[in-house]
Amino acid sequence: MKSLGSIRRSFSPWTDPAAKPYIVFENVTKKFGDFTAVNNLSLTIYEREFFALLGASGCGKSTLLRMLAGFDEPTSGRILLDGQDMRGIPPYRRPVNMMFQSYALFPHMSVEQNIAFGLKQEGMPKADIDKRVADMLKLVKLEQFAKRKPHQLSGGQRQRVALARSVAKRPKVLLLDEPLGALDKKLREETQFELMDLQQNLGLTFVVVTHDQEEAMTMADRIAILDKGQVMQVATPAEVYEAPVSRFVAGFVGNVNMLEGTVAERSEKTATIKGASGAEIRVENAGDATAGSTVAFAIRPEKIKVSSKKPDGAANVMEGEIYDLAYLGDMTVYHVRLADGQVVKASALNSSRITEDPLSWNDKAWISFAPDAGVVLTR
Amino acid sequence: MNATWSRFNIASIVLGFAFLYLPIVLLIIFSFNESKLVTVWAGFSTKWYGELFRNQSLMDAAWVTARVGVLSATFATILGTMAALALTRYTRFRGRVLFSGMVFAPLVMPEVITGLSLLLLFVAIGLDRGFLTVTLAHITFSMCFVAVVVQSRLMTFDRSLEEAAMDLGATPVKTFFQITLPVILPAVISGWMLAFTLSLDDLVIASFTSGPGATTLPMKIYSQVRLGVTPEINAACTILIAIVATGVIIASLVNKRREVQRLRDEQAANRG
Repeated sequence: MKSLGSIRRSFSPWTDPAAKPYIVFENVTKKFGDFTAVNNLSLTIYEREFFALLGASGCGKSTLLRMLAGFDEPTSGRILLDGQDMRGIPPYRRPVNMMFQSYALFPHMSVEQNIAFGLKQEGMPKADIDKRVADMLKLVKLEQFAKRKPHQLSGGQRQRVALARSVAKRPKVLLLDEPLGALDKKLREETQFELMDLQQNLGLTFVVVTHDQEEAMTMADRIAILDKGQVMQVATPAEVYEAPVSRFVAGFVGNVNMLEGTVAERSEKTATIKGASGAEIRVENAGDATAGSTVAFAIRPEKIKVSSKKPDGAANVMEGEIYDLAYLGDMTVYHVRLADGQVVKASALNSSRITEDPLSWNDKAWISFAPDAGVVLTR
Repeated sequence: MNATWSRFNIASIVLGFAFLYLPIVLLIIFSFNESKLVTVWAGFSTKWYGELFRNQSLMDAAWVTARVGVLSATFATILGTMAALALTRYTRFRGRVLFSGMVFAPLVMPEVITGLSLLLLFVAIGLDRGFLTVTLAHITFSMCFVAVVVQSRLMTFDRSLEEAAMDLGATPVKTFFQITLPVILPAVISGWMLAFTLSLDDLVIASFTSGPGATTLPMKIYSQVRLGVTPEINAACTILIAIVATGVIIASLVNKRREVQRLRDEQAANRG
């Protein structure tokens, strides 16, 4: 079985036409004065999905989350949660909980009081609250910190308290606003996997807002890429990376080479793209590009092979010289200047310690790639 | 060079403190004077303190002052806190600039004008001058001080705390009493203490708005001083100074202790 990316997913309700969407944004627009934060946006999220809203700051992702939590109302459009229209329902009556970017821990309460706060509002009996709080403390491994105040905790511990507090009520949906933004890199990587395990074990629907594409790629089942209040693409991490729908998405997620040109020839599946300097690229998955149209051929650096001798039998071969090199340990990055002056990035995994034929600056080099190694973008 | 500068510094500090505290020190010393003549020292005695507590009219005035202070400070704190909340939270209502300007106008308004205008109002609506009118007047002018103190705390208040509380199921009213108020409580308390102190030493506004049977301590002291300073008055003032100084010292000690504890906690947390 062939698939995009290297992961096979068993959970994919979005491919099942019979599956009922759990959260629906229907033509939602949100304006703050003259500024349009969210612009006629529609989106569906399924139950038990780990869904990421990814975008640069100001793209409207936090506004979407706040509208789902009930802190902001859409200017127009509807938000449905489990089939129910959420308009006019205040935050304290919504079956969603949020983990705040600043954590928003109550400074005058101890860790256990913070976690118990939501349960007390529900009127849960004291014995049940105590048990649930103990469970939550165990879940986030903070048992010995129960009596501490938030300012007596380190950043990572505060993050865990905020998480425990927001899942204590067993909400239908957990909203996470930049949940790992304040943690250092190492702690962030550990916590990403903990969050994924937690979501699996509790069987909750997670909607996470992030500007960190790696974080979104690691954790999410699907990613929505937002720009200027609109959805650019909603897809699995592999689809977003390997089959972006526009120049914006291709450029936003990961590194990419954009080779601009016009479609010179077009058959049912294949096409030939002619660059400004006359170099031709043969591609297999040309999508909806018609003959004569201006397109970009987007190809990821790791899909391009660099060699010192002209390779045989490759579909696309171009000659150039090594303009720049970087050895990063796990891989090496090459910047190859082509005959027309364009610099193409290529990377190679250093899967062995010793290289037979190393390249150096200003060496003559050939780049080559398969006809299905990139995508043709018309937008 | 260093030595001359430090001598200059010492001299200016000594002079500055002398200028501030010498009159107060003199007052305290003469409150323990044996003689009835205020400016002639005739040996140590505490008899004027005894006289003071036997002086029924002074004690009555002190009792009025205490009741006016507690009542007006409490109401001023409630109203001032509400005003501060409205001004920081509802930033887009009509006439906000006008309203916030009006709330803070009494801060710079000459007391004579405040007092006179309140007097005119009470006469116009036919309210007999007395305990009620002086309390109302004190609420009016100390409310804006509370509003300033509480507003500056609310400026740095993290609104996401309230959102988190509501997100966890607390209604706006519960959110206010369980989250907002406890967090801003130190500012509210210092607002109350400020209002109480202002009420305690107000002479001008009280003179305008008070009536027979509601003479406050500053009014009483002032009227007696006009007939000549007695050692009794010195004793009364010394007690007032002691009360205020104790309050200030306790407040700063508590603050300092909390700050030190907080620093220690944070260091402990960062160590792991």
